[in-house]
Amino acid sequence: MSVTFNAMAGLLLIPAGAAILLALLPDYRLTARLNVLATALTFVCALSLFVRRPEPNTYLLVDDLNSTFVVLTTFVGFTTSAFSLSYIGHELETGRLTPPFVRFYHAMYQVLMFAMNLALIANNIGLMWVAIELATLTTVLMVGIYRTHEALEAAWKYFILGSIGIALALFGTILVYMAARPVVGEGLAAMEWTTLVARAGGFDAALLDLAFVFLLLGYGTKVGLAPLHAWLPDAHAEGPTPISAVLSGLLLNVALYALLRFKMVLAANAAALAPGPLMVTLGLLSLVFAAFMLYRRRDIKRMFAYSSIEHMGIITFAFGMGGPLANFAGLLHMTMHSLTKSAIFFAVGHVAQVKNTQRIADMGGLTETHPVLGWGLILGVVAIAGLPPLGIFMSEFLVVSSTFARAPLLALILVFGLLVAFAALFLRLNSIAFGEPRGPNGKTNASYVPMFAHLALVLMAGIYLPPALVAWFENVAKLLG
Amino acid sequence: MTRIDFDIAHLLAGSLVLMSFLQLYQDRLYALLNVYALHALVLAASVAWQAFVQDAPHLYITAAIALIFKAIVIPVALHRMIVRLGIHREIEKVVGVGPVMLAGIGLVALSMVVMLRVTHEADPLAREDLAFALSVILLGLLMMVTRRNAVSQVVGFMSLENGLVLAATGAKGMPLVVEISVAFSVLIAFIVIGIFLFRIRERFDTVDVQALDRFRGERR
Repeated sequence: MSVTFNAMAGLLLIPAGAAILLALLPDYRLTARLNVLATALTFVCALSLFVRRPEPNTYLLVDDLNSTFVVLTTFVGFTTSAFSLSYIGHELETGRLTPPFVRFYHAMYQVLMFAMNLALIANNIGLMWVAIELATLTTVLMVGIYRTHEALEAAWKYFILGSIGIALALFGTILVYMAARPVVGEGLAAMEWTTLVARAGGFDAALLDLAFVFLLLGYGTKVGLAPLHAWLPDAHAEGPTPISAVLSGLLLNVALYALLRFKMVLAANAAALAPGPLMVTLGLLSLVFAAFMLYRRRDIKRMFAYSSIEHMGIITFAFGMGGPLANFAGLLHMTMHSLTKSAIFFAVGHVAQVKNTQRIADMGGLTETHPVLGWGLILGVVAIAGLPPLGIFMSEFLVVSSTFARAPLLALILVFGLLVAFAALFLRLNSIAFGEPRGPNGKTNASYVPMFAHLALVLMAGIYLPPALVAWFENVAKLLG
Repeated sequence: MTRIDFDIAHLLAGSLVLMSFLQLYQDRLYALLNVYALHALVLAASVAWQAFVQDAPHLYITAAIALIFKAIVIPVALHRMIVRLGIHREIEKVVGVGPVMLAGIGLVALSMVVMLRVTHEADPLAREDLAFALSVILLGLLMMVTRRNAVSQVVGFMSLENGLVLAATGAKGMPLVVEISVAFSVLIAFIVIGIFLFRIRERFDTVDVQALDRFRGERR
């Protein structure tokens, strides 16, 4: 046994320990700060993966692919906890949340971070499934935390649809084990990613195909792909805004990560079906569907939830196309989307607090009444709509151009969806940000640092991507095949 | 494995499918819960038999969870809950018995065709078990889509989950089965507590989930 510090253990033990501590401490001012501290430490742990990578064992594994996801998850987890500090303060003042609920909320936040980290670094498909189930349970509890009609309905819907999703994913997981058992032998080895990918060539192709269909439906529900997305807008709209940011920016990625891993197993088996076309179809369907749905939205958080479905569609499409360039574009787009969408939710959270509503019709002239918040939101929407020079423009451009080279017809659908969504977002943004100020003008003690930090990163990525980052993404894109 | 071992395993897994069919046409909640308890009982017997046949003692834990938690604790808790909510006399139905049963038969046929075709390399016991398990899962889903009452939807989900446990125990030597069944029990406990804590009836004056749609953010 080595006594040296192990980053993998840190990624799990810090959130787990913090969850217990935060559940026990009564003072919410202290716990909110401890929450930030714990997520910061977890982020440092994740960064240390680049310096010294722990050896994989039977249960845990860190490689190039998942360390990218882990760093992104812990970073957004950290900034969101900083945003949550001022957000929760306001909720306590207005009495929407009471101190016992805040205590519960902070503990659950850490449990969620624990579950997402575990799902990402698990080397065992069964363990990963348990972790994703835990993440689902905690987010259900957080979505329902306001205990209004709408929040309970959203939590119930998310609960039932999410449960069916993970149930189907478990059946797929069992089938993968069945396919691996004759080749690898009984026991834990037949559920390890490292063994599965290395020896997938000998698996029974028909079983793998069937397994992937169940996995795609199961984890696809959690990714929010249309037509399995029904839980997503409600869960985003009715929960506390920090949770909307974490759901959109992180949990959808974690489910996508699971799909990508299984895609790698299928890709290693020549006789199995190509998972690409299935993912391309679902991705395009989500993109076009969500783009049109954006027009009819009257609730600001629901609108950005549909925008998340749209972007998860683009990302799934890019990974479905496959190949080094499309995978690179998919990875970049995923990173940019996580950063931008959480920044938008940071802005939206404060906007909803100062206006005391989430209805778009009841807000207006935000740039006049709250200039910093208003322009922050505008910058975020400009970024998410894919305008240059921000990062999403670059990643979307890469997705589109790599598709044009290989399948021009698909690229046309893609561009069509992007344009429809673009127009919808600006239509709504116009009425929120400009014009006569409408609605109440509460004051806010918002912290703008997390929001602008994310937007600055997105802007930087759009202007100049450091060569080290490019090389890293290229490397991961090659792994994905 | 001897012939009789296989036959008993086959019988138990087949009975589970039969129980799923029995659930499909129960229109009173009490009767539905009783059939669910029976469903869990058959599952416990089936898992225990698998533990014996495969010589895998850890599966006895899964069997014990199925017996104590699913066949006793959950049905009793739900019984009390529906009395407390005052819905124990309610009768509900979306489509008639005939079409639902026919759809159920179709789903069982589908899962036989799919699973038996793709698993011809696996050993016969695992093969049959997986085919039955998929039938139970699909029947559970069918029940969830044909019911409008939140409690019977949950019963549908729980029988779906029994199918998953059957599949996991049928896959010979699969690790983490106990952990997964514990995780699922936690999920189910949460759902059941959820029905009660969320007090769906109190909040919405009904457990009919169609009424919940009214509260969706954009239809006011």
